Amino acid sequence: MLKINNLHVSLEDEDKEILKGVDLTVDAGKVHAIMGPNGSGKSTLSYVLSGKEGYNVTDGSVELNGDDIMELEPEERAALGLFLAFQYPIEIPGVGNMTFLRTALNAQRKARGEDEISATDFLRLVREKAATLKIDSDMLKRPVNVGFSGGEKKRNEILQMAMLEPKICILDETDSGLDVDAMKLVANGVNALRDEGRGFLVITHYQRLLDHIKPDVVHIMADGKIIKSGGPELALEVENNGYSDLLDEAS
Amino acid sequence: MEMSKHNTDAELEVKKSTVLNSGWSAKARSDAFDRIAKSGLPTARDEYWKYTNPKTLTNKIVEKASLLTVNESDIFKSVSPLKIVFVDGKFSPEKSDKLILSGLSIERLDTIKKLDLHWAKELYGRYEKLGQLSVSRPLAAYNTAYANEGLIIHVTDRVERPINIIYEHEDEYSDVILHHVIKIDSNAELTLLESGAAAARLNQVLEVEVNEDAKFNHIRVLGRDHERRAATHIFGELSRSSTFKSFTLTVNGILTRNECFLNIAGDDAMAHISGACVGDGDFHHDDTVFVTHDAVGSESRQVFKKVLRNGATGVFQGKILVKPDAQKTDGYQISQSLLLDEDSQFLAKPELEIYADDVACSHGSTSGAIDEDALFYLTSRGISKPVAIDMLTMAFLAEAVDEIDNDNLKDVILELLSGWLERRR
Repeated sequence: MLKINNLHVSLEDEDKEILKGVDLTVDAGKVHAIMGPNGSGKSTLSYVLSGKEGYNVTDGSVELNGDDIMELEPEERAALGLFLAFQYPIEIPGVGNMTFLRTALNAQRKARGEDEISATDFLRLVREKAATLKIDSDMLKRPVNVGFSGGEKKRNEILQMAMLEPKICILDETDSGLDVDAMKLVANGVNALRDEGRGFLVITHYQRLLDHIKPDVVHIMADGKIIKSGGPELALEVENNGYSDLLDEAS
Repeated sequence: MEMSKHNTDAELEVKKSTVLNSGWSAKARSDAFDRIAKSGLPTARDEYWKYTNPKTLTNKIVEKASLLTVNESDIFKSVSPLKIVFVDGKFSPEKSDKLILSGLSIERLDTIKKLDLHWAKELYGRYEKLGQLSVSRPLAAYNTAYANEGLIIHVTDRVERPINIIYEHEDEYSDVILHHVIKIDSNAELTLLESGAAAARLNQVLEVEVNEDAKFNHIRVLGRDHERRAATHIFGELSRSSTFKSFTLTVNGILTRNECFLNIAGDDAMAHISGACVGDGDFHHDDTVFVTHDAVGSESRQVFKKVLRNGATGVFQGKILVKPDAQKTDGYQISQSLLLDEDSQFLAKPELEIYADDVACSHGSTSGAIDEDALFYLTSRGISKPVAIDMLTMAFLAEAVDEIDNDNLKDVILELLSGWLERRR
């Protein structure tokens, strides 16, 4: 489904290489986790995959279901089914959450040649999904993420994911800033979306999120590369021993 | 072409003889004439015209303004207003409704100006003159001296149905002067809607007296003919516990100078002036606002937002003057521009002048581009870049549009704005 091949990326403004040859394949129905110390390039990977400006891809390729997506605009990648749950969701004053959701959903449907969703169907759908994430109607009416707590922002990301039904979901440190209850709520939202046809790439510092979202494969990233891949036990190893042993092993 | 060979730089003529013999308004016109004689017409050297060159407003020769093919006359039809239509500054009885509405009287300056006596004698030119004390506003004085058309409205009750003055533009060289006077009695209320381009060049003055506990709601949409020019002045006088709200939408127009001078003379009065404009290319838009607080416990707000692109220019000169006895004044002023490219510019001169010690006044002015993080967030959800930019642009304008209380009228404005944005995608 998502195939990252020898990806090299540097910052546009300075001649600094952040990703130094990332190889990673996420198959449909699987949950892959990426763990790694600060500055290892995890967030850069998520931004590059979703098409944020400011990065130069100097080598390698990324395919989503066979399409090379690196030349595509963010909205085109979204329409192909790529979704990034932001580490720091952006506040957008003056744009209502519902308007935002509906515009996004219809834009994607249109890009795929589907009909727009009717106002009543949309309302029914959004209410149903919001309820499972404990998002009340007030939060839906407010401007996008404005005045939301950290937990509310993350739940709002998962709501967007649930509405847009992407094929590959990238979660960038979705657990950061969440207490245990909020993390469970978010994890339940993610687990509800686990499906044969959908892949996940879960980026996290800590093992605890992976207690709730059980990964199939765990990758350790350091200095712009995947240095080790393994099963869920790899996350436990990090939790117990930290990254230093793994880093030593790799060097 | 003959005309352009000579005199292209000649200013408008100002001759006193032409303002005399005009019945009840003779004195006001003669006084106004004396004011221009003293100040002269504005020039680019004047401090008050530092950011906006008045040359095409004061030239004898009017620049051509091509006509917009879209008829905008009915933009306010959703609120079923009483329609009063002027075509290139001339009242059109055929296109207008009957000038009858319960709770107010409407007369035309053209038909009453020869009378010896009229109640408007006390008002005509009075507040324009008051507005000249701080800064000279020669185009307004010129208007008072020479205006032949306009409406004289006396509001005696709370009038629910809005009045819509529609200014149609059919002559590519029309040069129009309009002068309206509105008196709103105590406890009375009026909603005035204005729409349309009016002329190739418009000089308009609106004088409004809002008496105790009275309310004036004003929404105007300046016509979007690309080449039209307009210099408008609003002069308002607010008595105790009165409310004055004015919102202006400007879409296109090569040159617009909207001045608003309000004198808050009564305690606990409230004045809100706001505007949203969107402009492209050689668009030049100037909001010049002056609010004087001369009473206790009054509130004023100035909220102006401008979206500029392809080299368009926006100007804001806004002042709040708080006189020594105007304690407990609450004054707020914000002017912001969204520059959609690097060629556009916003020139702002916010001013506070405060002589009372127990007041709360704040002002701010910003210029910014589209927030790249917000844009990425929207596009990462599948929204195309042009649509995402429009969403962020509408969000930027929202604070100004939200100054409109009436939801139907707000929707009219939002629709006009989003239509403009859509056409430019």
